[in-house]
Amino acid sequence: MTGGAREAVGEVHAAVAGYGRLVRRRLLVIAALAVLVLGAVLLDLATGPSGVTVLDAARALVWPDSAPRTTVVIVHGLRLPQALMALLVGASLAVAGAEMQTVLNNPLASPLTLGTSSAAVFGAALAIVLGIGVPGIPSAWIVPANAFLFAFGSTLLIQALSRLRGAGGETVVLFGIALFFSFNALVGLVQFIASQQALQQLVFWTLGSLGRANGEQLAVLAIVLAGVLPWSLASAWQLTALRLGAERAESLGIAVGRLRLLALVRISLLTGTAVAFVGVIGFIGLVAPHMARLLVGEDHRLLIPASALCGALVLSLAASASKLLVTGAVLPVGIVTALVGVPIFLALVLASRRSA
Amino acid sequence: MREAGDTDLVVSGLSAGYRHRPVVRDLTLAPFRAGQVTALVGPNAAGKSTLLRALSGLIPARGAVRLGGEDLLRLPRARRAAIVGFMPQALPQGVALSVIETVIAALRAVPGAAPLPGAAARARAAALLVEMGIGALALEPIDRLSGGQRQLVSLAQAVVGEPRVLLLDEPTSALDLRHQAVVMGLLRRLAREGRVVAVVLHDLALAARYADHVVVLDKGACAAQGTPEAAITPRVLAQVYGVEARVETCSQGRLQVMVDAPLA
Repeated sequence: MTGGAREAVGEVHAAVAGYGRLVRRRLLVIAALAVLVLGAVLLDLATGPSGVTVLDAARALVWPDSAPRTTVVIVHGLRLPQALMALLVGASLAVAGAEMQTVLNNPLASPLTLGTSSAAVFGAALAIVLGIGVPGIPSAWIVPANAFLFAFGSTLLIQALSRLRGAGGETVVLFGIALFFSFNALVGLVQFIASQQALQQLVFWTLGSLGRANGEQLAVLAIVLAGVLPWSLASAWQLTALRLGAERAESLGIAVGRLRLLALVRISLLTGTAVAFVGVIGFIGLVAPHMARLLVGEDHRLLIPASALCGALVLSLAASASKLLVTGAVLPVGIVTALVGVPIFLALVLASRRSA
Repeated sequence: MREAGDTDLVVSGLSAGYRHRPVVRDLTLAPFRAGQVTALVGPNAAGKSTLLRALSGLIPARGAVRLGGEDLLRLPRARRAAIVGFMPQALPQGVALSVIETVIAALRAVPGAAPLPGAAARARAAALLVEMGIGALALEPIDRLSGGQRQLVSLAQAVVGEPRVLLLDEPTSALDLRHQAVVMGLLRRLAREGRVVAVVLHDLALAARYADHVVVLDKGACAAQGTPEAAITPRVLAQVYGVEARVETCSQGRLQVMVDAPLA
């Protein structure tokens, strides 16, 4: 072997090894995120009006027999459903946001900015104010069912409209903005004619709250997430290749239109279900994917799980904060999430403008 | 003229463009030979990029693009992608991927084909980067690359699947003289390995210097084709570009194009 050839082989080995290190380091970051999420959930379980320490909460969770009876009741009966809901909703919205930003090639896209959440609010408003719902649905499920249908329907509508135009990501964003304003106007209309009591109920729903979480809802959301996550991951390479440009992806043999459509179906499922149960929770879908991107890059095999964990982490922390900010009261988590999310979002915008 | 071989690309009766505005009309060209660099030149809006996109299957087209016994226009998307590599004009900005990640993704995202195992894909991507002289950039985020480096990375993404046909849309735009020479030299080498290489160029001097075969397009039709000497002539330049120009051979025997004035 000549010296030059040997040098080249060495360089190839170095590049392969470097890539291996990069991936391993990012897997470690993901593992660390998972640990943080666990910690945040324990903190969430230990936070609240009655004094339960993190250790007590952990003990009640793992060895309920050895913990005091009241602690077990508080942790399992009251706080666990809400804590798990925060976990699942955060993960769902973040994964939806990550996929949305990729398939629409727009760093500002999220379920909220594209009108999905507004559509859900309108569905909920119809049920709460006018009593309009899907026939045959049990009364406890009318509001979430409406919210889901409208959220799911709005995303499909965006997709159908943009297929009609045969257009790319920008058109989808424009249609999303149109939907956002349309549904907001409709919600305003319904609010205007609503009774005082219905209006209060609707406003509370809109603020986003984990307080309504129950076992059935948790099960539904867990099933949706468990179905959608592997489906997203199966498209991870194609989503990564889409980041190289739609034309490049197309020339690699990827059916970009179909990839975009299926991603939007996944996004509708995740957002529709999450929003239906907890109301509007802003910024998770926007900010968590950006956090994940900063941490692990845009290889979607890593970005999707990292986004899920970042979303779960932020919403879990927000859930704790919602119980701590005002003594003796639990704020709607939607308010707190926005308060936590806005500074991160502004910092991101400023940072990206500086580098541009 | 020799018959088209099994590895040559033959465009016949090709029409492509937008619904109400066909850009390329009923275009039949001499074969693009495997082993040669074919340059597509012509003024703005002549249909160069449209032709390239039609050949890559990125836009719908009528007619036939034959390679051996197959018509590329009628192949399923994934089969065609395994044969044809396309390099768009630009890499997108604001993407948090490193160089080697993009090349691996270009290799592994191809649907249908038996996926290359991860280790083999990593090794092939790394070997290609080293061969192209950008091995040291493997872990660099693509957002931090210079214009010339970005073009090379984009080329690596198009080449890594080892396509038999390589189509490039202005790979040397925005490159300095040295990088132009590097990229064109690389294209010649890729062609010499037995590929069809077709490249849209704005710079006639580059076309004359590096191409074996030149196609001059004007208003969606072929105005001239053949060796650089045959296709790039003062008459063709006057007719297509509307300029008064001289084409002379320099002391080293290379073709030089000098534009004197726009024609009145």
